[in-house]
Amino acid sequence: MNAPFFKFGLFGDDVSLIVAFVIGIGFGFFLERAGFGSARKLCAQFYFTDLAVFKVMFTAIITAMVGLFWLSWAGLVDLSLVYVSPTYLIPQTVGGLILGAGFVIGGYCPGTSCVAAATGKLDGFVYLGGIIVGIVVFGEVFPLLSGFYDSTAMGQITIPEYFGISYGIVVFLVVLVAIGGFAGGSWVEKKFAAKAKEAQS
Amino acid sequence: MAASEKAVVLDEVRAQSKARVAREAQPYWNPYVAGLGLGLVLLAAFVVIGRGLGASGAFSSLVAATVQTVVPAHATSNSFYAEYLGDGTKSPLKDWLVFEVLGAIAGGFISGILAGRVKKGVEKGPRISVGGRFGFAFVGGIIMGFGAKLARGCTSGQALTGGALLGLGSWAFMLAVFGGAYALAYFMRRQWT
Repeated sequence: MNAPFFKFGLFGDDVSLIVAFVIGIGFGFFLERAGFGSARKLCAQFYFTDLAVFKVMFTAIITAMVGLFWLSWAGLVDLSLVYVSPTYLIPQTVGGLILGAGFVIGGYCPGTSCVAAATGKLDGFVYLGGIIVGIVVFGEVFPLLSGFYDSTAMGQITIPEYFGISYGIVVFLVVLVAIGGFAGGSWVEKKFAAKAKEAQS
Repeated sequence: MAASEKAVVLDEVRAQSKARVAREAQPYWNPYVAGLGLGLVLLAAFVVIGRGLGASGAFSSLVAATVQTVVPAHATSNSFYAEYLGDGTKSPLKDWLVFEVLGAIAGGFISGILAGRVKKGVEKGPRISVGGRFGFAFVGGIIMGFGAKLARGCTSGQALTGGALLGLGSWAFMLAVFGGAYALAYFMRRQWT
């Protein structure tokens, strides 16, 4: 097996768009199954009453990360051909803080708002309109921001490369931290859910 | 029909309609099961295409294509739009992420229909009006759109995909997202709790 298939020329651009649509169906399906078409469910994460965002996200991350690690270790996938987006440390951190604010204010992120709209949530449609406006605003001020946007460029660097630790060890550590987070998260969830119930009654 | 018989029939009807309501909105899946499914979709994207999932990029393509149609000179002179427009040999909407997001909309709808969750409504806590919720949704969307562009991706492209690939900037981004959201959660409590 030579994977990624697309990078080895197994099919062309047009077929890749069909694959994109099919993969997208899976993406949207599982987001909706998780309850991520609901802003209330998503935002419960930030009040510690339902940590599904953390649980789903980290289960997905460790599944894909461990799967890719094994496939690459078995020689089935060429990891160097899987696109890692380059790091621009400071603008990405600032962008993350802004995005986090937008998440708790608006209730969604771009992917989940698509699922919300697809399942009839009107606030999802309004949110999508907001995203479009936000991107236009960014585009219009981009000439002023481009210096900052391109600052602290570090290339396609991964955590194992940056800290000089082996890939496998970082994979293992992330799995450990995630499992610890799941256990701790469930405990926190119970405490806060009980507290929220008390406050309501 | 005797009164007691009537009551029995009524009870039956009530039980049936209750069962139908229960069928109409199934509970969400266990987060670990949904997460496993999502992770396998992401892994499939890595193996088949050699890239991960995304969402905000599709909206950038849509914005760039619209700006190009309305004010072509403005789009080409701005390097942010120009990046999404490519060399002009094909439509900017003939893009991997655009098709993936169209799929995600379809997938969300399919899952929602199968679980009886497709219903017109507004997601909010009990302490805020619908109008107020729409206002926050719009403003939050603007902030999200801006932040996602500055960070070169959103929760899907950076946190999920970059997280699984152990990208340094993606992990910094992910921590910052949770940091930004938790920092403002107190001020938004009336909207959600």
